[in-house]
Amino acid sequence: MTFALAIERLALTRGHRRLFAGLDLSLRAGDLLSLTGPNGAGKTSLLRVIAGLLAPTEGIVRIRTDSGEAVDGEDRARLVGWLGDRDAVKPQLDVGEQLRFWAKLYGTPAPEPEAFGLKPQLPGQYLSSGQKRRLALARLVLTGRKLWLLDEPLAALDDDGKALLAGKLTAHCAAGGIAIAATHDPLGVDGLTLRLGDA
Amino acid sequence: MSALRTVIARDLMLAVRAGGGAALALAFFAAVATLVPLGIGPDLKLLARIAAGVLWVAAVLAALLSLDRLFQADFEDGSLDLMALAPLSLEALAFAKIVAHWLSTGLPLTVIGALLAVAYGLPAAATGTLVLALLIGTPAVSAIGGIGAALTLSIRRGGLILPFIVLPLVAPVVIFGAGAVAAVLDGLQSGALLFLAAFSLLAVALAPFAAAAGVRLNLGA
Repeated sequence: MTFALAIERLALTRGHRRLFAGLDLSLRAGDLLSLTGPNGAGKTSLLRVIAGLLAPTEGIVRIRTDSGEAVDGEDRARLVGWLGDRDAVKPQLDVGEQLRFWAKLYGTPAPEPEAFGLKPQLPGQYLSSGQKRRLALARLVLTGRKLWLLDEPLAALDDDGKALLAGKLTAHCAAGGIAIAATHDPLGVDGLTLRLGDA
Repeated sequence: MSALRTVIARDLMLAVRAGGGAALALAFFAAVATLVPLGIGPDLKLLARIAAGVLWVAAVLAALLSLDRLFQADFEDGSLDLMALAPLSLEALAFAKIVAHWLSTGLPLTVIGALLAVAYGLPAAATGTLVLALLIGTPAVSAIGGIGAALTLSIRRGGLILPFIVLPLVAPVVIFGAGAVAAVLDGLQSGALLFLAAFSLLAVALAPFAAAAGVRLNLGA
């Protein structure tokens, strides 16, 4: 058995607007999916539904773990690594403190900030938006989760940062993980593409 | 357990560093408690009589000041999503945040309350009771405030709505807390402290579940 994600007949209506309906998707270990589509097409909402942060109007999201166990409902939160549209960086804490906090919360070892081009003593207050994005990426990697959900991971990243992200995505998928990234720009890694919002 | 401690330590650090609400709440408490005698006049007997009531009301209002950001700050910057996906349950997270709020607000309020009670001319025995009442009652304020903070976390300027949710629910804390001190002043036996303790225990035990439900509701909206 390998790690896999299955989405069946997924539908989401927000307010009176139907964002997507009858969405079927099946991804296996090593797959990288780029989620594209115009602004407001429901990319972020789809990621939130997959993570279990948002309940779908209809349909099922199911994850099969390496041991063959099928996980759905709230339990799948334990398998999801999240890089949201917001960076979740606290201005009062320095880079090292933030990474150590998240590492302890997720029960994993904290990564070296230098590996992500960050200085550990840098206060969150003085981070540029690109540096915040790098911090968010470092946090995603430290979770050690097998299903990565990334919302606009390229935003504000410089060329080095984009290469760093591409490297992490490649390594993650090569290690048997799955990654889904909502993005407007090419990730720089070969993968599948799903376009929302044309229906 | 260690994840719980981690959240408490981090929230404490955020509360005491620049931009945290802890110092602001304490300064507000001291300012209100200092202003009341200026309005009422230097009647020491009257001040001793109303000290417990004034300090309780000021303490509850001061605690409210730092409560509205309890979940909202983490909601706005996306931290709450990451916390919801962490191994720690939302109930435990809410409990940790309530504990951190009490440690950074309720506990220092109790200490400052003791000093202010002396300044109000409250007799020693009554001051002891007031400190004990604050120590027992302020966790209930943090706990019930935590429920309100969770319910209003996605509302812009939710801090303005918070008092309407929280104040009616913490009324028993003020009644029993000030009542215990009044009984000592009158030389009467009173079970007010026991009622206060029972109420506080109940609030602290149930609030994490209610607050977690509020967070879940808001994250999925």
